[in-house]
Amino acid sequence: MEFNPKIMAFLCKWCSYTGADLAGTSRMEYKPNVHAIRVMCSGRIEPTFVLKAFRQGADGVLICGCHPGDCHYQEGNYKCLRRFHLLKRYVKQMGIEPERIKLEWISASEGKQYAELVNSFTQTITELGPCQVKETMEVLT
Amino acid sequence: MAEEKPKIKMAVYWGSACGGCCVSVLDVHEALFDVVAAADLVFWPIALDTKYQDVEAMTDGYIDLTLYNGAVRNSENEKIAKLLRQKSKILVAYGSCAHLGGIPGLANFTTKEKIFERVYHDSESTVNSERVYPKTEYEVAEGILDLPEFYNDVRALADVVDVDYFMPGCPPQTARLVEVFMAIVTGAELPPPGSVIGAGDKAQCDECSRKKSENKRIKKFYRPWEVVDDGETCFLEQGLLCMGPATRTGCDFRCIEGNAPCRGCYGPTPDAVDPGAKMMSAVASVIDEKEPAAIEKVLSDLVDPAGYFYRYSLPSSYIRRVMS
Repeated sequence: MEFNPKIMAFLCKWCSYTGADLAGTSRMEYKPNVHAIRVMCSGRIEPTFVLKAFRQGADGVLICGCHPGDCHYQEGNYKCLRRFHLLKRYVKQMGIEPERIKLEWISASEGKQYAELVNSFTQTITELGPCQVKETMEVLT
Repeated sequence: MAEEKPKIKMAVYWGSACGGCCVSVLDVHEALFDVVAAADLVFWPIALDTKYQDVEAMTDGYIDLTLYNGAVRNSENEKIAKLLRQKSKILVAYGSCAHLGGIPGLANFTTKEKIFERVYHDSESTVNSERVYPKTEYEVAEGILDLPEFYNDVRALADVVDVDYFMPGCPPQTARLVEVFMAIVTGAELPPPGSVIGAGDKAQCDECSRKKSENKRIKKFYRPWEVVDDGETCFLEQGLLCMGPATRTGCDFRCIEGNAPCRGCYGPTPDAVDPGAKMMSAVASVIDEKEPAAIEKVLSDLVDPAGYFYRYSLPSSYIRRVMS
């Protein structure tokens, strides 16, 4: 059977979710693999969220926030950026491909960029294949 | 005083442990007389010549209080955990290993296969060209000898049996043990099953006596030997990793009072589902850089993030072991 990846996306309310909304209202076509969750700020996205997503069967996690300097809460996206870099180092140590986590800045007007991002990320994850976390965690040996 | 009251029956057992937890029980010093006045120790391998058969012969629920320390690493640990669960009214996961997996849990960074390879073949003092590895059963003239099965995964006690209470610490502070013990002996009202006892609900940082500024900023991380600690400023603000932001109180700041950063043995605060992730969140957000390359440079000083942030809690975290 063809592999159809499950991707979780955490989108900040002010820019990225609005950008994703724009892609929808503009009737742009993009891959349906992304399940989006709206958060108030990318700074709210804790590493715990990402790890829980993998544990529950996500094959990839996409994080989007406002462009640097544009954060509604001044610094939230920088916090997100720093956590993202640390998280990538951690998942690599755990044997998970760091490419399974992606951080991109999407503004409220970038519906087209959002659609392209979803397509390209879905492509990356499809090439990587299914994430082993959920399966590995379910088996105790 | 306790002589008129019937004594409670108590057991202490070690699973995959270093022995430090059992020693922490002995560390009650002269209060040990109060303990033995109030409790009969019916099973305690480190101190008493009792056998598994003695426990098996007990009726279910015979033991009032069992302190199980150590992680579950092999089939013997698991078997005795189940046996003690059956025989005990209150089962306490005592210490970091039973609570979260602890130091033995770091073995989840590798596999059983690799551990055997290293220990029984590769190690410098070993000659084993025939690759003789431990087997669970071996036939000799007298019959069959057996050894416990070494598991691939290290688990915390609650992954194997129902646990009534968790007492964190590596080892738990003896003062906390005396408090908990006295509460049980005097019949004080106990918290609901599943609770963490003998520890606070706040983070170390909330009660730490070191000087903290409102705006933490870290430009570079240092190893402890690279910094001359001034003895009073927050370790994190000096660029030293300290698990304080994500660790419970209860240890009386033994490490910090000794001028060493917190290592996180008391486990996560009640709101942290994944202890290491909570700490990653806290540490990363105080890095004083905004450009990806600069952030990477600061992070490159952290040689082993996973091992550091999950030092005591790997088997209890979301990503419990490395992918194989």
